[in-house]
Amino acid sequence: MSNSVSKTSNNKPIYADKELQEELFTLNLGPTHPATHGVFQNVLQVDGERIVSGVSTIGYIHRAFEKIAERRAYYQITTLTDRLNYCSAPINNMGWHMTVEKLLDIELPKRVQYMRVIVMELSRIADHIICNGILGVDTGTFAGFIPMMIKREFIYEIFEEICGARLTTNIGRIGGFERDFNGVAFAKIRQFVKEFPAVLKEFEALLERNRIFIERTAGVAAVDAETALNYSWSGPILRATGIDYDVRANEPYSSYEEFDFEIPVGTNGDVYDRFLVRNHEMWQSLRIIEQALAKIEKEPKGIFHADVPDFYLPPKEQVYNNMEALIYHFKIVMGEIDAPKKELYHCVEGANGELGFYLISDGGRSPYRLHFRRPSFINYQMYAPMSSGMLLSDAIINMSSLNIIAGELDA
Amino acid sequence: MAKLSNERVVECLNKRFEGRFSQLEEAYGLLTIETNKEDILDVLELLKTDEELQFIYLTDITAVHYPELPKEFAVVYHLHSLVNNIRIRIKVFLEGTYPAIPTATVLWKGANWMERETYDFYGIQFVGHPDLRRILNMDDMEAFPMRKEHPLEDPNRVDKKDYFFGR
Repeated sequence: MSNSVSKTSNNKPIYADKELQEELFTLNLGPTHPATHGVFQNVLQVDGERIVSGVSTIGYIHRAFEKIAERRAYYQITTLTDRLNYCSAPINNMGWHMTVEKLLDIELPKRVQYMRVIVMELSRIADHIICNGILGVDTGTFAGFIPMMIKREFIYEIFEEICGARLTTNIGRIGGFERDFNGVAFAKIRQFVKEFPAVLKEFEALLERNRIFIERTAGVAAVDAETALNYSWSGPILRATGIDYDVRANEPYSSYEEFDFEIPVGTNGDVYDRFLVRNHEMWQSLRIIEQALAKIEKEPKGIFHADVPDFYLPPKEQVYNNMEALIYHFKIVMGEIDAPKKELYHCVEGANGELGFYLISDGGRSPYRLHFRRPSFINYQMYAPMSSGMLLSDAIINMSSLNIIAGELDA
Repeated sequence: MAKLSNERVVECLNKRFEGRFSQLEEAYGLLTIETNKEDILDVLELLKTDEELQFIYLTDITAVHYPELPKEFAVVYHLHSLVNNIRIRIKVFLEGTYPAIPTATVLWKGANWMERETYDFYGIQFVGHPDLRRILNMDDMEAFPMRKEHPLEDPNRVDKKDYFFGR
């Protein structure tokens, strides 16, 4: 069968006899296929090894977060955002905190903003490590993946030091952080900044000019900028097509405008370019973390939250000894404090693209409507159409390079 | 190039749609306009194709349910002009139990899943959509779960009544 498909042109198969084979094979890729790294199903019509058409079915881990959020107090929604993109949960947490702070008109001290930048860039690195590492694994090499994964574990250790959790972090609070970074946390961040470049350099040396890797990835699933914009792509995969759209630069939040960093862009929008863009972004993230560490040095020590008693929990010792603190504690925990009546859209640059929060408050204790603009959901819809004509093995690495996270896909 | 202002966007829209849209608010600098379902496609097309505005990027489509309003459903579009770095929010209020609105998939292919999601949760019919099926929920589900008539918790529960909490 497969020898009747000889060549491809623009990802469309050219059949030897100019006619479609009458019998196609239906292949269920997923829902729990080890190569898909998540719970998605694609029902593919394949002719030999070549995909003729496909239909994506999603929603296997849909948990109705938007509905649940309509009943919860604002501070309780942070735990829902953890479970969107669980590879970089802190970015989601921070995005949500910033949305609520925008709603409440809270201005954060500079030191807290820099601390947030550090946490967000660390989780961006963690997310890109998993994507590029897995891309290496899917193309056949475990060698690069393991040392990178060790560094990713180290990032999780930093998170553990900051908030006590590793994967679903629930890091930070509305108005700042729950506690200051301790000395160990700062020491570990510095150690990471010092040690990671060597590992990343080795990883790049292993793959970037590796002929097998290039032949496997270059030209695969190439997407031009116009199509990518038409499909509302965002994040590294959009930048790989040559569009320099990055929320951190376009609409700076959390003092990103003070940092000096570059936005890497690709030219072809293929799997290889996405790999390069993510690698370069890790270097830029390291740069940002270094600058943030230097900036924190200059700020007064010990400030880790804004002065918002209505929404930021008082210290526990005061709750037991001070009546006002007890009242605030009770009101916050029971979610008794109403938010102003407003409507807003806030977005942050997630590891996969523009992560947006569309929030409508009717003046009550919980949102009237909360909609997550989830980059994975919007990026993934092109997957089935762009797969037609591709080899099955190319479609697998295409999925790896899109970095679709099932939690973010289904919300 | 001077930054495009919200006033200029309204001016451009006024050239063709004078009186057929209204400006709702400008909270946080995000211009919000309301139009009707007859004009929405033309408004979106003008915003996308106008050489000065260039709202070429469809950020999001979603809906909101207001059971107490005569027009119960609002379909909300967020567009982004990457060149001018400015956003706009467009709302269309719809009436009826199963309201219909023209699809935006003719302008953006990316609107496909966004509209499917909106249909899935609110039951809004996007006329002309190539594949309007449920996306996150099961195909044989009958309700549209994000509508406000579906409470999140069992309404017969007595231990969580609001008066226990002074509300």
